[in-house]
Amino acid sequence: MGDMLGKLTLDAVPMHQPIIMGAVAFMILCGLGVAALITHLGFWRTLWSDWITSVDHKKIGIMYIMLAMVMLLRGFSDAIMMRMQQALASTGGPGYLPPEHFDQVFTAHGVIMIFFMAMPFIVGLMNIVMPLQIGARDVAFPYLNNLSFWLTAAGALLVNISLGIGEFAKTGWLAYPPLSEIAYSPGVGVDYYIWALQIAGVGTLLSGVNMITTILKMRAPGMTLMRMPIFSWTALCANMLIVAAFPILTATLAMLSLDRYLGMHFFTNDAGGNPMMYVNLIWAWGHPEVYILILPCFGVFSEVISTFSSKQLFGYTSMVYATVCITVLSFLVWLHHFFTMGTGADVNAFFGITTMIIAIPTGAKIFNWLFTMYRGRVRFTTPVLWTIGFMITFVIGGMTGVLMAVPPADFVLHNSLFLIAHFHNVIIGGVVFGCMAGVNYWFPKAFGFTLDERLGKISFWCWLVGFYLAFMPLYALGLMGMTRRLDHVNNPVWHVYLVVAMVGAVIIMCGIAAQIAQITVSIWNRAALRDLTGDPWNGRTLEWAVASPPPAYNFARTPIVTTRDAYWEMKRRGLAHNPLPAYRPIHMPRNTATGVIVSAFAAALGFGLIWHIWWLSIASFVAAIGIAITHSFNEDRDYYVTPDEIAENEGKYHLASQV
Amino acid sequence: MHEPRGPLIPSPAHGPSEATPHATVRSYVTGFVLSVVLTAIPFVLVMSGLAPAATTVPICVALGVAQIVVHLVYFLHMNTSSSQTWNTAAFVFTFVIVAILVGGSLWVMYHMDMNMMPGMMPME
Amino acid sequence: MNIQARPLPVATAPLAPEVFEVEEEHHDAGAITTLGFWIYLMSDCILFASLFASFVVLRGATAGGPSGREIFNLPYVAVETSCLLVSSFTYGMAMISAESGKRAWVLRWLGLTLALGLAFMGLELHEFAKLISEGSGPDRSGFLSAFFTLVGTHGLHVTSGMVWMLVLMAHVLRNGLTEANRTRLMCLSLFWHFLDIVWIGVFTVVYLMGVA
Repeated sequence: MGDMLGKLTLDAVPMHQPIIMGAVAFMILCGLGVAALITHLGFWRTLWSDWITSVDHKKIGIMYIMLAMVMLLRGFSDAIMMRMQQALASTGGPGYLPPEHFDQVFTAHGVIMIFFMAMPFIVGLMNIVMPLQIGARDVAFPYLNNLSFWLTAAGALLVNISLGIGEFAKTGWLAYPPLSEIAYSPGVGVDYYIWALQIAGVGTLLSGVNMITTILKMRAPGMTLMRMPIFSWTALCANMLIVAAFPILTATLAMLSLDRYLGMHFFTNDAGGNPMMYVNLIWAWGHPEVYILILPCFGVFSEVISTFSSKQLFGYTSMVYATVCITVLSFLVWLHHFFTMGTGADVNAFFGITTMIIAIPTGAKIFNWLFTMYRGRVRFTTPVLWTIGFMITFVIGGMTGVLMAVPPADFVLHNSLFLIAHFHNVIIGGVVFGCMAGVNYWFPKAFGFTLDERLGKISFWCWLVGFYLAFMPLYALGLMGMTRRLDHVNNPVWHVYLVVAMVGAVIIMCGIAAQIAQITVSIWNRAALRDLTGDPWNGRTLEWAVASPPPAYNFARTPIVTTRDAYWEMKRRGLAHNPLPAYRPIHMPRNTATGVIVSAFAAALGFGLIWHIWWLSIASFVAAIGIAITHSFNEDRDYYVTPDEIAENEGKYHLASQV
Repeated sequence: MHEPRGPLIPSPAHGPSEATPHATVRSYVTGFVLSVVLTAIPFVLVMSGLAPAATTVPICVALGVAQIVVHLVYFLHMNTSSSQTWNTAAFVFTFVIVAILVGGSLWVMYHMDMNMMPGMMPME
Repeated sequence: MNIQARPLPVATAPLAPEVFEVEEEHHDAGAITTLGFWIYLMSDCILFASLFASFVVLRGATAGGPSGREIFNLPYVAVETSCLLVSSFTYGMAMISAESGKRAWVLRWLGLTLALGLAFMGLELHEFAKLISEGSGPDRSGFLSAFFTLVGTHGLHVTSGMVWMLVLMAHVLRNGLTEANRTRLMCLSLFWHFLDIVWIGVFTVVYLMGVA
């Protein structure tokens, strides 16, 4: 029996840790609550046949964003736990978290926020919006899209299982060896980290391939690359980065696992291993990764600012070239993450300069957004507030980044809280604000009703004020010499800064609460907030040319594009919202359960590998491959939407939008 | 890795699709013969030990690169025709990234080893 | 597609043929799939690039164990190389047979390709087994870890290519050379030739430069 379960025993459940058990109980209760609600509403069948097995890019996008929002709550809980611990343990006391738990908390916070909050959020936005913007019926490989989502979800599942069964890595979010090697991290924490990331990483990579193919091959006639909306451009560049960078992560983590599982010596500190190679490779992925996150957000801000200024985006061409420049440059700066490791002055100087160069295209973008607003009729809606908040915050974060791009300055600031403040400054100020702007902007497109403006604005102000309170003290602490990842500090001077930072985190919590309230209240008031036109903001790009939520086939007839801002042009010429005299049948893919089943086996494979349950690993691997092969023999994959159905759908929408 | 699922709209039933450049027995034979030659030379050169490593290594690398080009042209049928634009663009982008990744890593790691692990450097 | 388009039962409105496409455009399914697969291959290229970079960084890290010069057998590698090279050629012949619609010949050439792939894998596994039995396994030194991983990852790709080939033979037997199967053959062709290209890198960087 012991062999059957590998390293897994009952001791793996941390029964003696009340905080963890409380969190696990809370998660189980939430899960049961959701299950009870679904049963009460009789929603199980719809959930399975219309959502879980869906190959519709809009539904997959919505599922990505729901995953991201749940993970935001988990990641934020970790964040506020750390702020409380440091506030409590800075006057000599031990705080309330034991060191080995604190270490798991900061690791889980980073991993969850980057891989399972920010990434799904971005991929979700791209899924919902990009095919609509380019006038496509769907993505290039709809079934693969479903599989990608569920692989990401499988990774998220593994990270969350680690809370209740075993432990998570205590190594920091990039798991540097030799600490992450088996000699120093003998537990299953690092294995959870490795397999969660590998499985989610495959999903992300496949999604990247899918999106690039979609953009290159499935644009509506007339939509040349230089007529493509900026969000789709940034989606293209971000996905190019995904396809180019994620294999490096896969290879690096594979080498780390070979060290851990087969006793190899890639990164060990004996037998010729070279831990510095891991740091080098992981950042060759890690730096492009932050651009994967921020580029689509730049796209969101461009769409938002142009729509709500009622103006064409200023400097479209320079925006495109800036995006492409950033895409290539993002591969040329990775060493600035380890200036202090010892490459010497010439190498450091090269990477310091490339890093500073990135500020140029980014600065060009900021000016483009400002000039778009200049002399426009700016409507200060929630998405615009997030955008303005971003511009101010991101510029500050960018400046501290350029400061640290100077290698001698970095030698002082490396691994200090100044760095922590810097990257939260750009990731919260850029990525999180961008995702929030995107949600407020495109929510009516996805669901057919707008979000409550008042609560949206409350949430924005809480986030903005909370962010500055939480992170400005960290800049100061970093300059005073406080390093990152400390579970306690014995310095009363720092205490007050840490308390202010904690207050900031509490205000951010109010912002998150306001967002939950915003969504709940909006669902409650959806009749009053209903948008029947499909175009609540007087939009410019093609996603606003269809009903909200769009029909499964998106466009009853593929639009022909003649300019940038294609939908604006259609409205200008009085050609939007005119029903067509006739429709043709539309060819659509059928939903399939293969993606979710393969992903379930992938999760089981990961669990088996983590706990050395070899029979489970082999069986799930064979099952996953077998099911994928069987799927290739399935020929009943598609159906036609009849002209009558289309006419009925479209008739309702056109009548409503002409009122 | 399973096969990507076909997209929505089936292509009309005419001959090979545009993505399938017309291959001929001739192009495969040419590619095969060139490859055999380009493989044989470096193997013979190294196995015979005729030249010092400083000479053979650059020759091996050059012939390896040449053979990769032969494969790309004669087996993968890469060319600059319009149907191949995106394939070629993707390849060029990948080539740039691979060059940055491999070249940059070796540069960085060489300096890292020089500065941080003196005495442990393999003498080559 | 013989379903006739029907008039819309709502009030007549101005037509807008210049805004909406009247004739549905046909995206070429085969071209889309092939491009998608090519992009996946590009990502695989970068995966191998990471392994090559690690190998070159670690090739001197023998930690008192054997170096490449002591363990590599070039004539043996030459035989492995010929297996793969010939298999690239036989796959090409399978593609030509597919273009002219000769199903039986497609299957024969695929079978031959599969046999050559098996021979290659047999040789590689034999080399690995011999090294491990001599105490020069992947856990001996950083150099050997990098060697086994780089060559082994290529081998794993070849193995999955062979599994895929078997599946594809079943597809061709079942449905013949349909458009879908031609696209699949094309994708596997890209994969198989790509693996041969990676092998050029392996024998040059690992074996030849290891011995020279």
